[in-house]
Amino acid sequence: MIKDFTKGLWKENPIFVQVLGMCPTLAVTTKALFGLSMGLATTFVIVCSSVVVSLIRRFVPAQVRIPMFTVIIATFVTAADYFLKANFYQISKALGPYVPLIVVNCIILGRAEAYASKNNVARSFLDALGMGIGFTCALIILGSVRELLGGGAVFGYQLMCPGFTKWVIMILPAGAFLTLGLLIGLFNVINSNLEKQKQQVR
Amino acid sequence: MKNDAIKMITALAVVGILSGISLVFVYNYATPKIKINVRNETHRAIGDIFPDGSDIEPMKGDEEMFSVKDKSGKLLGYAIIAEGNGYQGAIKMIAGVAGDFKTMKGMEVLDSQETPGLGAEIANKPFTGQFNGLEITHEIEYVKNKKPSEPYQIEAITGATISSRAVVNILNDSIDKARKAMKGNQ
Repeated sequence: MIKDFTKGLWKENPIFVQVLGMCPTLAVTTKALFGLSMGLATTFVIVCSSVVVSLIRRFVPAQVRIPMFTVIIATFVTAADYFLKANFYQISKALGPYVPLIVVNCIILGRAEAYASKNNVARSFLDALGMGIGFTCALIILGSVRELLGGGAVFGYQLMCPGFTKWVIMILPAGAFLTLGLLIGLFNVINSNLEKQKQQVR
Repeated sequence: MKNDAIKMITALAVVGILSGISLVFVYNYATPKIKINVRNETHRAIGDIFPDGSDIEPMKGDEEMFSVKDKSGKLLGYAIIAEGNGYQGAIKMIAGVAGDFKTMKGMEVLDSQETPGLGAEIANKPFTGQFNGLEITHEIEYVKNKKPSEPYQIEAITGATISSRAVVNILNDSIDKARKAMKGNQ
């Protein structure tokens, strides 16, 4: 059970391992705060849609499962979008078109199709929550690195010394690809080291 | 085969109807709040441009323009809602102009879909501050990577020239329209 939750955090992390959902990942992570809010909105949608899909999995005809999952996901995305606009107007404005675009985030359809449609509600909930948190953490890391190098701050707190020249490229699209590539590389180095240690212990 | 088809249609129809019904509730809950947010935002932006403005009235027969007066009833200027296309979608701004239409009092962005971190900087002080006191007897122009040399010029944002140009064009259009409308009224 616990593994259903933790695998999304590290072993099957949606961004660093599955490399899914790259559109919001690359586009909104210019600042750490945007990464956090995008991650939370996505987590909400992924958890709700996974639970619903898991609840109705026995009544879904196999031929039309994808359109049905899409409608369910789109409903929760619209709800999340309206909720943000009504209660967190400034954040909603900052994220702009990327909240409605959560609909096409393939992590969510991926979890619905690969996991929630075949497992019970509790396991699907944990799986979705793990994936959502794993996604959120990855977005915060990406956003922090880019905000630090491109703007000298993290979550709006100035961290670099006053004379620091901002690397404008880091908040441009190219910076997203560079950061993501380097982070995936780092992730793999850490992983292979962990593997080696495990083998030595044996 | 026929049974399958009926099953599929029923399943899709049920999901669609349930989704529609739940969205009606979400919509009813959120729309009034969103409207209030938008209105507050407009008044806050006008207040930022005219710090002494206490009486904000929509102009007669024009939802897009407000007259702003201070406590004693003296006209401070006009606030014009300026809207047009940006780099990734519509940009909605408030342009504050002096009563004589010779200078701007400031500019605030209400709504934009520009790239976060780049084009979205059009909403931040380093950019918007340039419009305070800008001359509008001449068309507004933008310059790149250098300080403006004329009183009707502003400096574009590095990496977001298209957004900066869009702002300038929208403002020129809206101010021009408002000026003509004012002349027509008199």
